[in-house]
Amino acid sequence: MSTQSSRFAARMMVAPSVALLLIWMIVPLAMTLYYSFRLYRLISPDRTGWVGFNNYLWFVNSPDFWLALFNTLALVGGVLIITVVLGMLIALLIDQPVKGQGVLRILVIAPFFVMPPVAASIWENLFMHPQNGLFAAVARSFGAQPILFLENYPMLSVIGIVSWEWLPFATLILLTALQSLSSEQLEAAEMDGASALSRFRYIILPHATRAITVVILIQTIFLLGIFGEIFTTTQGGPGSASTTLPYMIFKQAIAAKDIGRAAAGGIIAVILANIVAYFLMRSIGKHLDA
Amino acid sequence: MARAVTPRRKLITTLAAWAVALIIFFPVLWMILTSFKTEASAVANPPQFFSADWTLENYAEVWARSDYPRFFWNSVVISVGSTLLGLLVAVPSAWAMAFVPGRKTKDLLMWMLSTKMMPAVAVMIPLYLLFQRLGLIDTKFGLVVALMLMNLPIIIWMLYTYFKEIPGEILEASRMDGASLWGEIVHVLTPMALPGIASTMLLNIILAWNEAFWTIVLTTTKAAPLSAFIASFSAPQGLFYAKLSAASAMAIMPILILGWFSQKQLVRGLTFGAVK
Repeated sequence: MSTQSSRFAARMMVAPSVALLLIWMIVPLAMTLYYSFRLYRLISPDRTGWVGFNNYLWFVNSPDFWLALFNTLALVGGVLIITVVLGMLIALLIDQPVKGQGVLRILVIAPFFVMPPVAASIWENLFMHPQNGLFAAVARSFGAQPILFLENYPMLSVIGIVSWEWLPFATLILLTALQSLSSEQLEAAEMDGASALSRFRYIILPHATRAITVVILIQTIFLLGIFGEIFTTTQGGPGSASTTLPYMIFKQAIAAKDIGRAAAGGIIAVILANIVAYFLMRSIGKHLDA
Repeated sequence: MARAVTPRRKLITTLAAWAVALIIFFPVLWMILTSFKTEASAVANPPQFFSADWTLENYAEVWARSDYPRFFWNSVVISVGSTLLGLLVAVPSAWAMAFVPGRKTKDLLMWMLSTKMMPAVAVMIPLYLLFQRLGLIDTKFGLVVALMLMNLPIIIWMLYTYFKEIPGEILEASRMDGASLWGEIVHVLTPMALPGIASTMLLNIILAWNEAFWTIVLTTTKAAPLSAFIASFSAPQGLFYAKLSAASAMAIMPILILGWFSQKQLVRGLTFGAVK
């Protein structure tokens, strides 16, 4: 089929993108690795030198580190669970014969087009604000105290905002999967007396496995690096309550102006991402055969 | 899954589906409503739905106080430019991987996707220094290149899954007729792949339009797109809800409208070919 020359041509066609991505990945990574072993503070740029693993030790031993690690994983895991479960329920609902499915889809997809700083500021100001937010007004109308979302439940609030942003993605992919399911199969199962739950468990869920895999894979890639939503709303606080690994690195680089420590944090974040990617690929990669 | 259902059941599911959709859409709707209120009306207690003082003043003021057309134009150039440049690199690669696959093709695809797992913050300083050295800070070209590279794995992945769906026999037939590789791409592949390329293009324009990390880090004024405009707007203005809402609406409206008009292609593109 493919001749020697066409295989050579194919390699030439793949080469540019591989080369570009290699440069895009390796050059900044190598620089980060270099800085991570150096003393490099923007406040005292004259004092430089090798410091071995000191930056890493500082980062891992800092009181925020384990919290930030936990918050990062909680953000990824929380948003994944919420979007996949809610997305599946909404997809099942919209997939029913309902009036105005086209308009419904337009309404449901809207959050996907809202850029993160806008999404975060809508939720922070118009909804979660303790005086002027809509949630506070609702609480007051019931005679209750407004909930201080960003003060008392910062991480849950951020998970809520990010889940809203990603819900359309999960819903639409799962909906597409449901719509390709043959109705005969479901009808046959229904006639055989299969309950709605077992129809879901044994017919719908296996059919949607690939779709769920895509949702988890793509969302994880984006969720591991979530930054803007936290920057706009809680700034990692109160204290460090909503500091994630990316945000902790950002604080070291911008607020503390310590490039060496930030770089060590960056390398740790890259290692974490690789660990997550490894387990993700091992557990769900087999469903992805393109 | 269209099945015969009773009218009553249809009514109930319709109502439930509409309620859910409106809840999801409500934050956007509330923002748009707030953008047309006076500041006093925007923070009124209890909140005003229909009794508010409606006004267009917020839009006029945001327009007058900021250089919206420049931000808008920067957004267009950066998102469309980075997408077109990305397609230029990605189409040949995806084509080759789809039609002349090797043993390592799947690993290569996975590796490409994994480059996106590197948190942007982790490489922020080196990239900033690199861009500074190359004189690319606050230039549209710099952002076009950065966003192109950032989205390249997604573009290649999507195109690959589309190209996979094109039957190989057609290509073999054209090869028998003596078509060159380039001829294959131009005359056979492109017409068949055009819908897939269009979907890929749309999704990537949206991703680039909404990118709010590199655009803020790598620009100051000249090349700043709308995502940087909105970040700068919410910072010093304090709690001017109506104006903040108007600025937000102006930042997302172009892409919201584009997305709504193209949602069929977009949804197909979003599934990365993994869902038929």
